[in-house]
Amino acid sequence: MNEPSKEGQLPRILVVDDEPAIQRFLQTALADNEFTLVQAGNGHGALAAAVTTKPDVILLDLGLPDLDGVEVIKRIRQWSQVPIIVLSVRDREADKVRALDSGADDYLTKPFGVSELLARIRVMLRRSLQQAPEPVIRIDELEVDLARRLVRLRGEAVALTPTEYELLRLLVTNAGKVLTHRQILKQIWGAGYLEQPHVLRVNISNLRHKIETDASRPRYILTESGVGYRCKSES
Amino acid sequence: MNLPPEEKRPSPEAMLKVAQAEERDGERGRLKIFLGYAAGVGKTYTMLEAARQLKAEGGEVVAAYVESHGRPETDALLEGLEVLPKASYLYQGVALPELDLDATLTRKPQLALVDELAHTNAPGCRHEKRWQDIEELLGAGIDVFTTVNVQHFESASDIVAQITGIPVRETVPDSLLDLASEIMLVDIPPEALLLRLRQGKVYVPEQASQAAKQFFRPGNLIALRELALRRTAARVDDEMRTYMETRAIVGPWPVTERLLVCASGSPFSEKLIRTTRRLADELKAQWFTVYIETPRLAKEQQENRQRVWHDLRLAESLGAEVATITASSVPQAIIEYAIRHNVTRIVVGKPTKSRWRELLRPPIVDQIIRLSGAIHVHVVSFKQEPARQKIPVLQPPRIGPWSEYLIGLGLVAATTALSFLVAPHVSSINLVMIYLLAVVLAAVRFGLKPAILTSTFGVLAFDFFFVSPRWSLTVTNPEYIFTFFGLFTVGVVISTLVANAKVRAEALRERELQTESLYYLSRDLAVAIDMDSVLAVVRKNIGESLHARLAVLIPDPEDERMHIAAISDDLTLDDKELAVADWAFRNRRAAGNGTETLGSAQLLYLPLLTTTQTFGVLGVVLEGVADYFSPPHRRLLDAFVAQISLAMERVHLGRQAEQAQVLEARETLERALLNSISHDLRTPLVTIIGALSSLREERLHLPERKKQELLNGAWDEAERLNRFVGNLLDMTRLEAGELRINPEPCDVQDLIGSALTVLDQKLAGRDVSVQLAEGLPLVSMDMVLMTQVLINLLDNGLKYSPVDSPLEIIANIDADALVVEVLDRGPGVPENDLQQVFEKFYRLPVPEGVSGTGLGLSICKGIIEAHRGTIRAENRAGGGLRVVCRLPLHP
Repeated sequence: MNEPSKEGQLPRILVVDDEPAIQRFLQTALADNEFTLVQAGNGHGALAAAVTTKPDVILLDLGLPDLDGVEVIKRIRQWSQVPIIVLSVRDREADKVRALDSGADDYLTKPFGVSELLARIRVMLRRSLQQAPEPVIRIDELEVDLARRLVRLRGEAVALTPTEYELLRLLVTNAGKVLTHRQILKQIWGAGYLEQPHVLRVNISNLRHKIETDASRPRYILTESGVGYRCKSES
Repeated sequence: MNLPPEEKRPSPEAMLKVAQAEERDGERGRLKIFLGYAAGVGKTYTMLEAARQLKAEGGEVVAAYVESHGRPETDALLEGLEVLPKASYLYQGVALPELDLDATLTRKPQLALVDELAHTNAPGCRHEKRWQDIEELLGAGIDVFTTVNVQHFESASDIVAQITGIPVRETVPDSLLDLASEIMLVDIPPEALLLRLRQGKVYVPEQASQAAKQFFRPGNLIALRELALRRTAARVDDEMRTYMETRAIVGPWPVTERLLVCASGSPFSEKLIRTTRRLADELKAQWFTVYIETPRLAKEQQENRQRVWHDLRLAESLGAEVATITASSVPQAIIEYAIRHNVTRIVVGKPTKSRWRELLRPPIVDQIIRLSGAIHVHVVSFKQEPARQKIPVLQPPRIGPWSEYLIGLGLVAATTALSFLVAPHVSSINLVMIYLLAVVLAAVRFGLKPAILTSTFGVLAFDFFFVSPRWSLTVTNPEYIFTFFGLFTVGVVISTLVANAKVRAEALRERELQTESLYYLSRDLAVAIDMDSVLAVVRKNIGESLHARLAVLIPDPEDERMHIAAISDDLTLDDKELAVADWAFRNRRAAGNGTETLGSAQLLYLPLLTTTQTFGVLGVVLEGVADYFSPPHRRLLDAFVAQISLAMERVHLGRQAEQAQVLEARETLERALLNSISHDLRTPLVTIIGALSSLREERLHLPERKKQELLNGAWDEAERLNRFVGNLLDMTRLEAGELRINPEPCDVQDLIGSALTVLDQKLAGRDVSVQLAEGLPLVSMDMVLMTQVLINLLDNGLKYSPVDSPLEIIANIDADALVVEVLDRGPGVPENDLQQVFEKFYRLPVPEGVSGTGLGLSICKGIIEAHRGTIRAENRAGGGLRVVCRLPLHP
């Protein structure tokens, strides 16, 4: 699937990982799907490559030898909004949250499968290409009309409180991308609510009860344990 | 009495002595004494010369305390040496310079020069005497050069006093002389010394100039010089003998002599003891000092007891083996002791009492001589000495003489009255018996004096009232003289006997109480299993038996300072006391009240130590001021301390043994773990590698379907490996106690949803129902970990139940806990194993072919318990397993 980048070339992905084995694997996986790969083995190399090659997506391993991954993100964010997907191991949720709060857009837990990786990359690329959000977002049987503030499930209108609507809107406009608890709280409720995660949970629960068939097995609003929430992506 | 056979000293002993000395020298500093016979012979000068020599050879030399007394030649030698500033102590308005002990210890030079070994420190210094300071320096590994005159040694001080007529005030124990690794005799002919004195080169303090004139007489100097020379020669002789012994050179050894001297509390005991020491030195003999406590002596005033204690301590410091014995007869007891210990010579003092008293009571010396049999008796005489320093006297209260008179009179009056009643019927002889009874009664009940008075008054009354002529004190029948005499004597004798018996019984009782208390202590300590119970036993026993208040101090393992582990209720210790305790601990010696070190402290501190280790310090506050000095109390304390130290050592060793056991168990488990893990890691890899290698082989020409199968298989195994590694990591963290929970308010439904999402693929096609109670609140828990728990439980259910059987998840609130249950319709678990399923690596024997690591449930348990919850498994009615997790809502 060709995703032409700005100059009509293949999308460029900067892969930052100090493990040569993983670099090789990614090379095989991604080059097949016709992305251009730029590789860096450490934080400083990543920063240099980001400047010189101007990638469309950055895959950043958090466990780099020289610089803290979060530091790399912060520095890149000083001058660029390029999508960054962080790669981290299980049980390092705190690291992931930190990275996301510092400016990363999404994360992948190692070991991951190629399909998952591709899905995330595609979401990132789509976002960066989009200039303005579409007025109506459709995911499976859910339809959210942003212009008119209407939500429909299987054609029928769903009554949401203002807060629930804002929450859904935030998730849906970021479909496919993870949002940390803090990001959501800050966006919807304000900085004063950062230490009150139960507010978020209650609202998510209510929202789920309204739009999910089985609230115990949600299809639209997915929980990312320890990190945040993600709305299922559209494609 | 058998003399010990002529024996060659066994060389193992000698070897041990040498080895110990070498070992000691390795850790301790070496002491070199510059010995002279008078002030001005040039000891300080020689010491400085030697020090400079050492410095020139590259040694590190520090002059810690050198007194040049302004002599220019000495000052010149100090040039170029590092001089430590002296510490200054204020005493009665005068600033006295003293050795700065702490500065020297901190500086820790190779060699320290400390002048005047026999000097007494100013009050406020850590130790009373400079030789104790030097001992501490040696203990810290610092070599020391020091100077001293021969008259300052304990055993020589009285001779010197005799020679010069001037008493020696500052003395040093002889053991220090033995401890020194080198003694350098600084000697000049007396004429040369006198010349120097005339030239003004000898330092003499102004006040002492008169005494100095007397001291520096040629006769004195010659005698002193000889003493110094002899001392040095004796030491050389000693070294030679040790040399010969270690090489098993057989020499003409003298018969092994053993000397005994008795401390009696008289002022001459001290001289006797010193004399015996000198004799023992000359004969190379072992010597004993014994104190016989008779009932009579026990009653005597405290002054005597102080002196006895002082004499016994002196004897001990001079190298005697000391013992205290309770007996009724002194000579008897001495001879018994002598026989028991194979003593060859007894040293006694010449009797000083006047002749006529000797008639009444033969002097002890004579008795000893008579009983001595084959033991030699040395009789030593001394001339009268000026009174020595006074030891504080404590007067016990006495009942006034008036009550004794009254008792005597009263008894007699009663008896007389009685006699009047019976007189008509009874002959006068039996009347005497009645009076006798009265005397006996007085003796038994009231003591010696009342008894004597009763017998006196009784005799008089009997004479007055019943002997003709009646109503007068004259006697017609001279026979009654015998009656009077008899009555009187009986009275005295009985009362004396009774008094003696009482006192002896009391002493024995006291001894018995002490032994009993020691028994109780050891009995209680034997069952104390940990440090706390040991401390409790100590508090109880010592507090009760010694009527003491106490504190036990144990060093903190981290900062190595003493802190109070147990303390009596009404006792507080300030920093000064803690410092004293600290000193006692570090130096492994008693300190505080009643000792020579830091004697101004409130408590007496005794270190609790065994040969291996020092465990702490016991501090005691005794009832009476004199108790700190009293030998029975100190002996009892020493015995207690030994018991406590042993108990502490036992507890300590027990703990170590326990730890060793735990370590061993852990290692066994780790080994088993390692085996299991390596198997579980390798197995999936087999499939993965196998599949991949097959796919790589071009020539196999596998059909698409086959390829797909291989890939799927490899994929599954890879997932399995991933899960296993995850489990292992979880387990490792749990074991290491590093599992930290991040509790947050969580939505239970959310939790279940997350778990189901993760297992989505595996749950495909299976019937999973979720039952949530209405209105479940948000529960505080670690979302990620609890998701893992649910995943593990569901995974288990999936594995062990048939594909078409339903799985259920139930969540509700019960009391103040969240209850989450996972139920399946599998085969369940055998009843006995319901607890064991949660152990690491437990796997069900049935069904076959189900792969699992056995870690899942133990991880669940670890996580839930970290939340302070509980987890248990039950078999369901109708078959299947039910796992119930309870999480407290308010942790």
